Amino acid sequence: MIAGLYRPGTSPVHRARAGIKLAALLGLGTLLFAIADPRLAAAALVLTMAAHGLARIPARVAFAQIRPALWILGILFAVQLWLVGLDAALLLVLRFATLILAASLVTLTTRTADLVAVIEWALSPLARLGVDVAKVGLAISLAIRFIPAVAAIVEEVREAQRARGQDRSMIALAVPVIIRLLKMADEIAEAIDARS
Amino acid sequence: MIALTGVAAERGGRRVLSDLDLTLTERRIAIVGANGSGKSTFARLLNGLVVPSEGSVTVDGFDTKSRGKEVRRLVGFVFQNPDNQIVYPTVAEDIAFGLKGRGLDKPAIAVRVAETLDRFGLTGMDDRLAHELSGGERQMLALAGVMAMAPRWLVMDEPTTLLDLRNTRRVMDAVAALEQHVVFVTHDLDLIAGFDRVLVFEAGSLAADAAPAEAVAAYRAIAG
Repeated sequence: MIAGLYRPGTSPVHRARAGIKLAALLGLGTLLFAIADPRLAAAALVLTMAAHGLARIPARVAFAQIRPALWILGILFAVQLWLVGLDAALLLVLRFATLILAASLVTLTTRTADLVAVIEWALSPLARLGVDVAKVGLAISLAIRFIPAVAAIVEEVREAQRARGQDRSMIALAVPVIIRLLKMADEIAEAIDARS
Repeated sequence: MIALTGVAAERGGRRVLSDLDLTLTERRIAIVGANGSGKSTFARLLNGLVVPSEGSVTVDGFDTKSRGKEVRRLVGFVFQNPDNQIVYPTVAEDIAFGLKGRGLDKPAIAVRVAETLDRFGLTGMDDRLAHELSGGERQMLALAGVMAMAPRWLVMDEPTTLLDLRNTRRVMDAVAALEQHVVFVTHDLDLIAGFDRVLVFEAGSLAADAAPAEAVAAYRAIAG
């Protein structure tokens, strides 16, 4: 499955307003970088995991959110351990893991349209400076919508390259993927034009 | 009524259509022709996605060059690949996308979305992720997203090309039930038997303009 996309539900987390969830995420992010004790960061991680439970997000789905970042977290941990020490390494990894899980919880329990509406509201003062807030909202929704589409294109191209014995060539993968993405972008722009 | 007067069109700096003088008034109009014959460009001329390099195209009196916004409200467009037409991650959100731009408030949008879901056999799929739908369901969603806007004309550019037989039938049944005028681009000659008028394109020109049986015979003769 593709990580991070909305999963319908009726839990209290699902029912909470998108604005409150985004504000809580912002607050948590600020708090995490204000604390210096890894035990507090671990408590924040446990609380975030408990919130996943409250939202009835299955453990395998929650794990899928953080799995792609595990290798980066591993490298960060090793570098911090080497340069600074165990406490700093633990603190850094716990901060990022908590943030990733908390952000995933917001997108898993909130419709994209509701998230976009809050972001458009938050950016509305910029409209006076000439920023097209609706376009920003559309760009965000498109980014979320096309995550699985891009993943599917990469997988298709990879499969085609494997069938031709090119399974180790990054160029053989990247060139057709980029060409298809550019073509897709043209078609999406045309479709948005037709629907607006 | 859609009127094309002395129309020529270019894409990528290359002339792809020329010498078109047509008036479209029928409810079901099919467009057929070989790959590269200009039929997709013709379809895009009808809602202003492509504007003519010569001549004019008007939809109910609105010129596609100067009144593109009004024209696109009158003429909905369904593309071959629904994946590139669905903008929001979930079914209901995507149907609501175009309605927001029409100034409808939230309750009115919710009512229109529910009606549209029901009409196109998507009831109960409100929160389904678009990329998890079958090919046929995705094409129905693309059609529903356009029809929610209640256009007067609907242009469909090979909407069944990527579908299996069952889903092709599903889309065609939905099209048959529409009150709107439909301009339907296709390679599948079996789908156009009941249409009122068929335009055959060949190398950027209109090669035949007739009832289905006669037009299909002309197309087969051209194709050899």
